[in-house]
Amino acid sequence: MTMPPPPPQAYQAPPQQQGRGAPAGRYASPIPVRTPGLGDAIASEWTKIRSVRSTMWTLGVMIVLLLGIGLLVAFVVSLSDAPAEDVPVLTLGFFGVLLSSICVITLGVLTIASEYGTGMIRTTLTACPSRARMLIAKSVVFFLLAFTITTVTTGVVGVLQTAMLDGATPDTGLWVRSTVGIGLYVATLGLLSLAVGTIVRHSAGAITIMIAVVLLPLVLAIFMFSPSLASVQEALFEWSIPNQIGAIYDVSMTSSGPTGWEPLWALLGVTAVTMGAAFLALDRRDV
Amino acid sequence: MIEAVGLTKRYGAKTAVHNLSFQVRPGAVTGFLGPNGSGKSTTMRMMLGLDRPTSGHVTIGGHAFRSLPNAPRQVGALLDAKAVHGGRSARNHLLSLAQLAGIPAARVDEVLGVVGLQDVAKKRSKGFSLGMGQRLGIAAALLGDPQVLLFDEPVNGLDPEGILWVRNLMKRLASEGRTVFVSSHLMSEMALTADHLIVIGRGQLLSDMSVSDFISANSADFARVRVPADRPEYREKLTASLTEAGGRVMPETDGALRVTGLPLPRISDLAHGADVRLWELSPHQASLEEAYMRMTQGAVDYRSTADAKEGLQPPPPGYGHPGHGQQGYVPQPPPEVPQQGWYAPPPPGQNPYAAAPAPAPEPTAERTGRTTDEDPR
Repeated sequence: MTMPPPPPQAYQAPPQQQGRGAPAGRYASPIPVRTPGLGDAIASEWTKIRSVRSTMWTLGVMIVLLLGIGLLVAFVVSLSDAPAEDVPVLTLGFFGVLLSSICVITLGVLTIASEYGTGMIRTTLTACPSRARMLIAKSVVFFLLAFTITTVTTGVVGVLQTAMLDGATPDTGLWVRSTVGIGLYVATLGLLSLAVGTIVRHSAGAITIMIAVVLLPLVLAIFMFSPSLASVQEALFEWSIPNQIGAIYDVSMTSSGPTGWEPLWALLGVTAVTMGAAFLALDRRDV
Repeated sequence: MIEAVGLTKRYGAKTAVHNLSFQVRPGAVTGFLGPNGSGKSTTMRMMLGLDRPTSGHVTIGGHAFRSLPNAPRQVGALLDAKAVHGGRSARNHLLSLAQLAGIPAARVDEVLGVVGLQDVAKKRSKGFSLGMGQRLGIAAALLGDPQVLLFDEPVNGLDPEGILWVRNLMKRLASEGRTVFVSSHLMSEMALTADHLIVIGRGQLLSDMSVSDFISANSADFARVRVPADRPEYREKLTASLTEAGGRVMPETDGALRVTGLPLPRISDLAHGADVRLWELSPHQASLEEAYMRMTQGAVDYRSTADAKEGLQPPPPGYGHPGHGQQGYVPQPPPEVPQQGWYAPPPPGQNPYAAAPAPAPEPTAERTGRTTDEDPR
């Protein structure tokens, strides 16, 4: 698509009014000089993330997946006559969350890797030489966005599911974990993707790595038949990301392993270390 | 004021920039000239703290870029016009940069007007032409209204009107007391825009002087005189006569004589007086383009294979720019007429750089693969 060029008179742009008659040798801008800080960087990253289509696509697909799968599962369960009294209704959100985490991973990676892909990163770091400020601003904006969307959507799905089914009455703890807890977990997973994207600097590569991180432990564990590997197999099962999400919902596939809020703390630790490595890479490497 | 001291950058075994030292002063347009792959972009990236020098350092206003207080208000740069997210509109792109630098949003619309993009401000920059992309890059550089401006190949892809606009913009920015540093591989463009020239080749400094010095040092008028091919004794006769009258005569390989220091009518009179018939008496001017090419001849990394017969071939015609290098443009000569001595002779003792030994061309295997201005990365 080619845009029409600006009309000819646009080429003869009027001279800038600033600084006319400034003393030679030193130019002083009439625009008030203000030292920018983290708040400015956050505003800038918010402008960036809301002005590209990939954000709308990934978050839109995520909301559709969460709502669609959540309601579909609730509908199927409501048709069956299986006694659902002992299973809390909220755990049915698990399937949607597992799939929609892929969307958050994609958005997390794209938040930084698209800057490398387009070369925008050089423009950004020329306007903001502080790598730390740029990385923190990106992380804050992305995390808050992913957390808000996930928490609100899982909350809506939870309310709809409990309205459709009359299972065991969920306690407050499960309500908090299945909304805020899942929101924090999924957003942290996205943050880990952002850190991996910073290190890898390549969208497709980083997304592939992150999907492998989510799925590979489980797949590997399935194929570990050998008894000598039994303990490894169990650990992979317990700490695979699908099982961690299940643990937040109290529907762990294993009897041991993380429960309740533990998966979140573990993921936060991994993400903090990866983010530290990402900052070092960003600070040391040529852009 | 930009100051580079012993700047060196190596990518593995390849040295992109070697021991580069220069100063860029405010209030003037400084042209940064060099063939493709000579290290211009690498040098500019090091100025902006994007690449770390292997050794040496470069400062802007006395600070390394990354420790510069309020960098975006002091330095504006156009590195690569395509370094934008194509899915973002021009206005949002500039707005995000303005917010990042703490610049009021009103300034965004101002610079959009300055570069003439206000009508397509809401359009995604993916659909921009090369020239519009270039204007968007210039707008980003002007956003902070900075003291120091760096432009990497700003006229790439612009139409003649756009080139004129950039030229005037550079001059105006410099006249406001700013430091303007513009890279280009076009000598003709720099001769019109810049006040000062820094020429590099293969990452090394070849020349650092004002444009007027560069012109007087490198361009020389001469006359080409040809005597009948069947009377070789005329050449000695005429040479003696011209030398006696104060001219400098250099033989060219095809039998013509290159005469400097005498006006054309005087040469004709002298030939007549010596009873020598002439087949040719023509005025020639060595353009800056030729001077620049002679200077960077040994420092061109990526040459076309047609140039393998180095020294026998004229420069690729593309370099002869209408209006500037007209003498530089010659249709392919018949192969049996070697055109050596194409360039004007350097005025005696005036051009120490041209005499510098040029590094031997690298093996072909190393030269293939990369054909663009980009550095290895």
